[in-house]
Amino acid sequence: MNKNVRWKLLTSLAVFIIFFAVGPYPILAQRLHLPIPGWLAAKQLKLGLDLKGGVHLVLRVQTDDALKINATTTSEQLREALRTAGISVSSIALTGVDRFQVSGVPAARDAEFRRIADDQTATNYNRNPTGGGAYEFAMKPNIANDMREQAVTQALQTIDRRVNELGVAEPNISRYGQSNDEILVQLPGVSDVGRAKEIISNTAVLELKIVEAGPAGTQEQLLQSYSGKVPEDMEVVQGAASSGDTSYYLVRKVPAVTGQDLRSAKPTIDENNQPAVAFSLTNDGSRKFGKVTGENVGRLLAIVLDRRVISAPRIEQRITSDGRIHGSFTTEQVNDLSLVLRTGALPASLTYLQEQVIGPSLGADSIRAGVLASLVGLFLVVMFMLVYYRLSGVNAVVALLFNLVILLGLMAYINATMTLPGIAGFVLTMGIGVDSNVLIFERIKEELEAQRGVRASINSGFSRVFLTLLDTHIASLISAAFLFQFGTGPIRGFAMTLVIGLISNLFTSTFVSKTLFEAALGHRQTAELSI
Amino acid sequence: MHLFKTPNFDFLRWRWIAIGLSWLVIVAGLVTIWTRGMPLGVEFSGGTIVIVQFDQQPPDPSVIRAALDRASPGEGENAVIQPYGDANSRQYLIRVPGVGQESGRGLSQVADRVINALKAANVGSFHPNGTEIVGPAVGQDLRRKGILATSLSLVGILLYIAFRFQFSFAVGAVIATIHDLLVTFAFLAFFRYDLSLNVIAAILTVTGYSTNDTIVIFDRVRENMRSMRRDKLYDVVNRAVNQTLGRTVITAGTALLSAIALFLFGGDVLHGFAFTMIVGIITGTYSSVFIAAAIAVIWQARAKTPGKLATSAPAPAAPTPAKARRPGRRRAS
Repeated sequence: MNKNVRWKLLTSLAVFIIFFAVGPYPILAQRLHLPIPGWLAAKQLKLGLDLKGGVHLVLRVQTDDALKINATTTSEQLREALRTAGISVSSIALTGVDRFQVSGVPAARDAEFRRIADDQTATNYNRNPTGGGAYEFAMKPNIANDMREQAVTQALQTIDRRVNELGVAEPNISRYGQSNDEILVQLPGVSDVGRAKEIISNTAVLELKIVEAGPAGTQEQLLQSYSGKVPEDMEVVQGAASSGDTSYYLVRKVPAVTGQDLRSAKPTIDENNQPAVAFSLTNDGSRKFGKVTGENVGRLLAIVLDRRVISAPRIEQRITSDGRIHGSFTTEQVNDLSLVLRTGALPASLTYLQEQVIGPSLGADSIRAGVLASLVGLFLVVMFMLVYYRLSGVNAVVALLFNLVILLGLMAYINATMTLPGIAGFVLTMGIGVDSNVLIFERIKEELEAQRGVRASINSGFSRVFLTLLDTHIASLISAAFLFQFGTGPIRGFAMTLVIGLISNLFTSTFVSKTLFEAALGHRQTAELSI
Repeated sequence: MHLFKTPNFDFLRWRWIAIGLSWLVIVAGLVTIWTRGMPLGVEFSGGTIVIVQFDQQPPDPSVIRAALDRASPGEGENAVIQPYGDANSRQYLIRVPGVGQESGRGLSQVADRVINALKAANVGSFHPNGTEIVGPAVGQDLRRKGILATSLSLVGILLYIAFRFQFSFAVGAVIATIHDLLVTFAFLAFFRYDLSLNVIAAILTVTGYSTNDTIVIFDRVRENMRSMRRDKLYDVVNRAVNQTLGRTVITAGTALLSAIALFLFGGDVLHGFAFTMIVGIITGTYSSVFIAAAIAVIWQARAKTPGKLATSAPAPAAPTPAKARRPGRRRAS
């Protein structure tokens, strides 16, 4: 055998063995209980949700919430600073999610006001005079963008922590779509969507606030001593319907401590044997909490969760590091609440755009059908190639199997996920592989008919078709690349399989197939080719 | 073995009839879409799908419909209720157009209502086997992205062919691809298959397949133009189509085999996908010859000034020798 051919043959064999070890072998090993090293098993081709079953959720982060929180905090800080400086203005109010207005600034103290305001807000807000001693503070666009971006990142991290605490194996939590505020959550093997959604989207904004008035049955009663108007630094919060409390509380806008000051939260039992959540605060939180509770002994402290008062116990003494949240909770609610408090609050609320639950049996049905269809298709094509091209057909079939092995191996190597459209991509790859071989073989036949030698016909068949193959593969790669870039979910899976299939096919049809021909011919000068 | 022994058909003679036939199908398809609408999958239209598995003999769809109507008037009337999976798997796919509110956890309200309605109707024990709920925002988003992905990949192919071949070829290839898209949409509308993400994937596969086919023929035309300098493009193209005929038929045949296997055994999820593939393979093969090649020739004939693509010398009236036997100007290899 020609030395050159021997090297080509060895190269092909090496490629085959490597990809076989990464791709099909782990699958076979699992089925047949063969030995397999751990690092190889870890690379195994993963099944997508549509095949494995599980929950698929698309959520949108309401990034407006994050801006609004910042605008509120900033305006309250400004109010505090103005009070300290003794400047009284007629009102400070939000006029949009990212802006607030201060009106009634006394003309005599305008310069001083601007100095204080700029101290407090200039890094994040633009100050625009709107006339008559009024100013609007609008968040700078780049700051607003950063803040939205940060809210999504933070939401992503929070959801990730929560899902991990839930103990879901191999979850996928990632950004989704082009609009930058969508998050995809895939939980394989989970079938209780209700609880998963509850835990994921629980904003869990915990605030402990001093109660200024109330509880009262109606808003009018509550605001009697304030002549019916809510003071600007206070707000009205309703009791949580779930704990049977429908009364109103007037509380300070600025909380004593928030969920961010929590160090830990865990389920516990209160003195009445009711489930409750015990929490402890960070050092910083303890200091703030100790100061506020020390100043307000005898008053009520509202425990506000997601803008509802869960309970409002009386402050008996100065409290520093530990506390407890009571309410009428079930054990599961307490478990979930401590989980979400522990993993931190979401920076903004979430809405669900899409949800899909695939039962495990549905996924198994799809695998069976997809694999059966692929095998039937493969069988028919193989039979045809063997009948029509006889011995050369064997060559084509080897190239085809080679192609599938590389495809499986590469997909496992890059940790791709096998989905149903992915299986369709397999079928298409098979088709393209057959097409390449048909093109080459038909060309060889033509050359043979022109009475050229077998070896020369094979050589010119391959070399003439190479350009055609390059053109068709590049054109397909271009469209697959666009699909991958702009498509979503299943389309991307399909495009991924197609891209890998095209590349591996170019290798098998031009290199492996030709090597096989050369090896089969050897040194003989044959006049006949079984094609 | 040989499918065709040196075929020599005058394919281009049928070009006007073929173009007429294509127009007929496309117009009929557009009329169908205009009058009956394009059926959209839930991922594009938004809505709720619940797949329920019954433990015993499932009830008649009309019973389910009535149960849905009792729970929420009009819901059953607008629902699509069809058997799902294997014939004996006792599953129903129930699709209703509505979804819950997108805010908070409300999205699954409609799915819950469907399940509760079935429970209340006492139709035998069952359990939901899967749900899919798509809010309107996602539907719009996916539709936009689907159109974007398709258009961009078309433009990409056009540019590539224009770069590798000549402009008239690119025009032919792109018109052929648009033709295939329209014909595929027409057949989807005739047979009322939902346009879903999977079907879009199939349509894109088909456009890729069709371009593939077209490029194979064009490649041969380009090669022939070197050896048939004195012939008209009409003959050069006819010759190329004949030379690649064996390959065209075999490739289309094997691809059809795979697609038919997918259609018969691939299960409900892949049904629409496989149907689209079958239609697409047939129209893609047809359009490579009768649309792409024909348009390239027609375009060339209309553009009076013969560029480098046309015959280098004005075509003589003499009979073309190339038709009889392929003159060889072969490289020694």
